[in-house]
Amino acid sequence: MSALLELVCPAGGLPALKTAVDHGANCVYTGFRDATNARNFTGLNFDDASIKQGIEYAHQRGVKVLVALNTFPLTDNWLQWTAAVDKAAAFGVDAVILADPGLMEYAKRNHPKLRLHLSVQGSATNYEAINFYHQHFGIQRAVLPRVLSMAQVEHVVKNTPVEIEVFGFGGLCVMVEGRCALSAYTTGTSPNCQGACSPGKAVRYEETPAGMETRLNGILIDRFGQGERAGYPTLCKGRFEVDDETYYAIEEPASLNTLELLPELMRIGVSAIKIEGRQRSPAYVTQVTKVWRDAIDSCRRDPEHFKPTAAWMAELNKVSEGRSATLGAYNRPWK
Amino acid sequence: MLNNLRLPDFTIPAPLTRLGNRLPQLPPTLALVTTLNLALGRLIPREPLEMLIGKRFTIRVLDAGMTLRFSYGERGFRPLFDASKPDLTISARTRDFIALLAREEDPDTLFFDRRLLMEGDTDLGLLVKNTLDGIDLPRFDPARLTPQELLHRLRARLATPHNA
Ligand code: SF4
Repeated sequence: MSALLELVCPAGGLPALKTAVDHGANCVYTGFRDATNARNFTGLNFDDASIKQGIEYAHQRGVKVLVALNTFPLTDNWLQWTAAVDKAAAFGVDAVILADPGLMEYAKRNHPKLRLHLSVQGSATNYEAINFYHQHFGIQRAVLPRVLSMAQVEHVVKNTPVEIEVFGFGGLCVMVEGRCALSAYTTGTSPNCQGACSPGKAVRYEETPAGMETRLNGILIDRFGQGERAGYPTLCKGRFEVDDETYYAIEEPASLNTLELLPELMRIGVSAIKIEGRQRSPAYVTQVTKVWRDAIDSCRRDPEHFKPTAAWMAELNKVSEGRSATLGAYNRPWK
Repeated sequence: MLNNLRLPDFTIPAPLTRLGNRLPQLPPTLALVTTLNLALGRLIPREPLEMLIGKRFTIRVLDAGMTLRFSYGERGFRPLFDASKPDLTISARTRDFIALLAREEDPDTLFFDRRLLMEGDTDLGLLVKNTLDGIDLPRFDPARLTPQELLHRLRARLATPHNA
């Protein structure tokens, strides 16, 4: 029997947090209402009152609350980030998810009891990097970037005392987490420093005779024909004309779905599975949490015979971005 | 349990849509702004909506042939009588609007599926979506959205304006 594999679910607001707790999340991850987290979208996230309520609700039911403070502060706004760490500690969150080493040092020095997780935004893909964060800042868990094959994940798990969390489901992007400059280039706002990729103020949708057009800061990045599935308005998933051909020149919109890899992830000793989507509504959180709870429970009962049901897959496909679901880098025969 | 019932997929038939187009749009708009105003300050917090002040909205219920135009100001929502360009237009079918209200569907899911379109100022749309998503209700029950139930609650609210 494998150790407990924690299910880590997203919450962009209190109702999403509650529904994640109600439907079987072991942890919910959240963010404050500012640029200190990588889902800084208008109207999203928690103010002080709602995060306190959320923590109380979750703790009463034995569920942990994590706060993502996973953007990179600059010299002129450093105090805003340290204040966010102080606040998270004061409110009694179970861990903060950090990407910036300076902030880790601050947290370690000022809140020695606060548990630290290394964000995917920290882009640590090898155990040396993870162990470095562990030795210097006492990181207790690391979220792996979505670029490693199963064999590589296993190699990392075997060589670090740090708990490993991997992404199990949700939107994919080009996976240079913490380093993507595409949004900054087009809109002046980056997920890494301002916490938003393709902020709403830069996005325009328009139904035209040729289809629905998506523009980012005035630049046409995609046009969807009738009935064609749409994707998020990010530059990486736009269709561009290259050598007289218009296609997804960077990457095709697709969603990660690793349900069928659950037995393998448990076997190699992954500690937690993360569901992407703090920007999504409570309905999504409910649907996805339910499926993953059922799947993890059924896999723990009988990993040998575990097979995702058609109903689970249909439910997950329904809420996915893009035309296809993928196993991502996990299922890569080469290394 | 009604909570476990999923809203079936339905589209209002085209002849009715054409009829809807020809009906006056004021009564449904009035019903909508009245409901919104009743919720304002109670269910819907005012403070995050400040960004909406002075903005013009259009809701197009595609299969019902309804186009509801209204604006938001210091004193709440009010219907608009001219057809000048709105700041934000949200279009979907009746079934999908109800599913969104009942928190049965995620707006991004509907958007990927091309069943929800948001034209104009996307940031306003995000604010509206995220503010609605942030409202902590005991549990949205689709049964509470029937016209009779709404009317009943409206009457109750009007009778007790201060402690609703
Ligand atoms: S542009 Fe694409 S790859 Fe870059 S941060 Fe945004 S979603 Fe990710």
